[in-house]
Amino acid sequence: MSAAAALEGFAAEVGTDGAVRVVGGRTQWDVGGPPSGEARELEAPTGVVDIAPDEMTVRVRAGTPLATLEAELREVGQRVALHGDLGATVGGVLAVGRSGVRRLGDGPVRDALLEARVVTAEGRLVTAGGPTVKNVSGFDLPRLLVGSLGTLALIAEVILRTRPIPVATVWRSGEIDPFVLLDSMYRPTSVLWDGRTTWACLEGEDDDVAEQILVAASLGLHRDSAGPPPLPAGRRSVAPSRLRELARPSPPVLAVKPGASRPGTTARTEWGAAARHLGDFVAEVGVGIVHGNLGDETAPAHDPPAEPLRRLHDRLKASFDPSGRLNPGRSPLRAR
Amino acid sequence: MAREPTHTARASDDRRLVAELRGAIGADAVSVDPTARRLHRRDASTFQGVTPVAVCFPRAAEQVAAIIRTCCRHDRPFVTRGSGTGLAGGAVPLADAVVIVTTRMNRILEIDVGDRIAWVEPGVLNLDLARALEPFGLQFAPDPSSQAACSIGGNVANNSGGPHCLAAGVTSAHIMAVEVVLPDGDTVLLGGIDPEPDGLDLRGAFVGSEGTMGVATRIAVRLTPLPPAVRTLLAVFDDLDAAAAAVTSIIAAGVVPAALEMIDGPLAAAVEDYVGAGLPRDAAAVLLVELDGDDAGLDALAGRVRSLIDAHAAREVRIAVDDDERALWWKARKSAFGAIARIAPDYYLHDTVVPRRALVGVLRRVREIVEAHDLRVYNVFHAGDGNLHPLVVFDAREPGVMERVRSAGADIVAASLDAGGVLSGEHGIGIEKRDHMSSQFSDDDLRAQAWLREAFDPEGRSNPHKILPVGVGCAEIASVPDGVWV
Repeated sequence: MSAAAALEGFAAEVGTDGAVRVVGGRTQWDVGGPPSGEARELEAPTGVVDIAPDEMTVRVRAGTPLATLEAELREVGQRVALHGDLGATVGGVLAVGRSGVRRLGDGPVRDALLEARVVTAEGRLVTAGGPTVKNVSGFDLPRLLVGSLGTLALIAEVILRTRPIPVATVWRSGEIDPFVLLDSMYRPTSVLWDGRTTWACLEGEDDDVAEQILVAASLGLHRDSAGPPPLPAGRRSVAPSRLRELARPSPPVLAVKPGASRPGTTARTEWGAAARHLGDFVAEVGVGIVHGNLGDETAPAHDPPAEPLRRLHDRLKASFDPSGRLNPGRSPLRAR
Repeated sequence: MAREPTHTARASDDRRLVAELRGAIGADAVSVDPTARRLHRRDASTFQGVTPVAVCFPRAAEQVAAIIRTCCRHDRPFVTRGSGTGLAGGAVPLADAVVIVTTRMNRILEIDVGDRIAWVEPGVLNLDLARALEPFGLQFAPDPSSQAACSIGGNVANNSGGPHCLAAGVTSAHIMAVEVVLPDGDTVLLGGIDPEPDGLDLRGAFVGSEGTMGVATRIAVRLTPLPPAVRTLLAVFDDLDAAAAAVTSIIAAGVVPAALEMIDGPLAAAVEDYVGAGLPRDAAAVLLVELDGDDAGLDALAGRVRSLIDAHAAREVRIAVDDDERALWWKARKSAFGAIARIAPDYYLHDTVVPRRALVGVLRRVREIVEAHDLRVYNVFHAGDGNLHPLVVFDAREPGVMERVRSAGADIVAASLDAGGVLSGEHGIGIEKRDHMSSQFSDDDLRAQAWLREAFDPEGRSNPHKILPVGVGCAEIASVPDGVWV
């Protein structure tokens, strides 16, 4: 199918009325949801359209499995900062907007999206952003789309920023303080910690990685590891410095960080009780994501958003999708 | 703004507006001095706007909110301005506006090493922040060439870049949270210091919105470690094509330098006359390549880059022997505008982005365009990310020259878009490229951008008539008001 026909076909399927829901790999189906109400289920177009290694970009359709994209990019020695479980699609990972465990080095998903061709609630194809890495031409709709759960527009095709796969990549592990490790290394790709064991992903040129391995070993990180540890279900986002509290045996007294009390912020609930379950979590050190059941799921994750912030969300939804036909039931405000 | 009051009614409302502003934030913080008002018709661009009603110098977020609520009561637009270094007319008022200057909000509120963020007020200068962070071994990565003068609030408004954005990314990648006074006077925090805050990425939507979605009053910037080691290479080419091919080959080989800058031969000669940094006076192009990271891997990486450059027939490749030499080369790169001042009294600095593979063709086309307009051009630019900065030099006293400069500019923009590029890499749209937006985007595309703008600013009160061309969005007026000239 020609490039234009694939996208126009998707726009025609979306049409101009009736609720629609785009199905990817259903790997994060309940995030910000679950989807509710009657809706036609659609799939986004598939296919890797164009890999441009010397531009460090790739044009790919949203329904393409992430694994397919990764395999094609690997052939030219590049990768993207998207992360998903088996079966996840490019569009799904972008729509949900959660980054992977390499975020410390690779950056968040939102920085990988350069251009998006989307279908609006009016069934029209719209281009947001542009094909170059550097671009300040107009409003930054691509960043608004990442994490919007398909509630503003439906992603049909994207241009993503790629990065070279480093010459050398190793994972190491050991029973050390992950915060000391983080402060001792320039730019590790990932530092993970379960309260006892620390894992680190070290990447770069051969000489560089050999040196990083020596530094890490001097701190006690001396075992080879095949990769990151399995990540338990459950996910929490906290200020990176608060991960230190997970090391303590009892609920900590939390100092309120400057910024946490600013208007409109979402103050975090106590979750230090999790420290009694060492090994039940894996934390992304230097980032602030905690994977796992922290034992306080009955408490709301966050306070409700401040009223002006909620109004802003409502106005955006009303502007982009006045009849509420795109992915009904899901809301970015419930996504975390 | 839709109303067109009589002159007398307007003058009377102006007086009440100023009195209320003074009551809200203090008489010393509201200037109606004719010189100050005239000064604030302009920024660093060539555009001159409408004389503002008043110029306000708030010291705190609460004062910004008080100004905006006052503007709402009087149905007046406001325009926010940092250091006024913008090159696209973003801070130029286009209506009877109140100008809000953030220069007195210049405190670094907190440097949080644990979370690797700093909370700053919008008027903090980029270079002042860099100096404050250095003792901690940390940096705010974006380093626009104007970093000695430009403010962090301005960087946020323009999503600013700089030479070191090739590997590190532009401003948006380094902003965690922004406290914003919305155009209705409400205050919100967009983003957060945790990695995945609730809701839509309104932080990302706000960054780069050029003052059209409210006023940033506190900003949490992400801090990254200063690189432990740096290698800087300077390569001299006798052929521009070869230099551009070397740039492409470095990226294609899987190397992402911290910076990859090009200076064309004529400008290199002018810069050499100006700063004496050891640049050649007879080359076709000079490349500046900076690599950073752990010391251990850098020599091998520099060796790889050097052989790639050699393979493209570089006349000479040097590696900076020490920090002094590196600093001298960077001084040369950042002195381009000073050097140009010795060649001609005026210059117009353009800013477009093209795919790297189109660099050579577009550079040639730019030269043809400029010569066809009987003008001269010099090039210094971020080659690594295809961000062109043609400097068209002229003497504004020459009758009719501005029309030729502007016509050449429009052709340069068109040539960049034809090559698959975009309108702006780091200067923004402002007024300068507002009417070019339809060349890059369809009407439907622009309407979607207007939905975002209008959700933040339904009344079109915050820096109106910028970015989106006339007729897009319901809050825009029909034409640029009289009295604006470019």
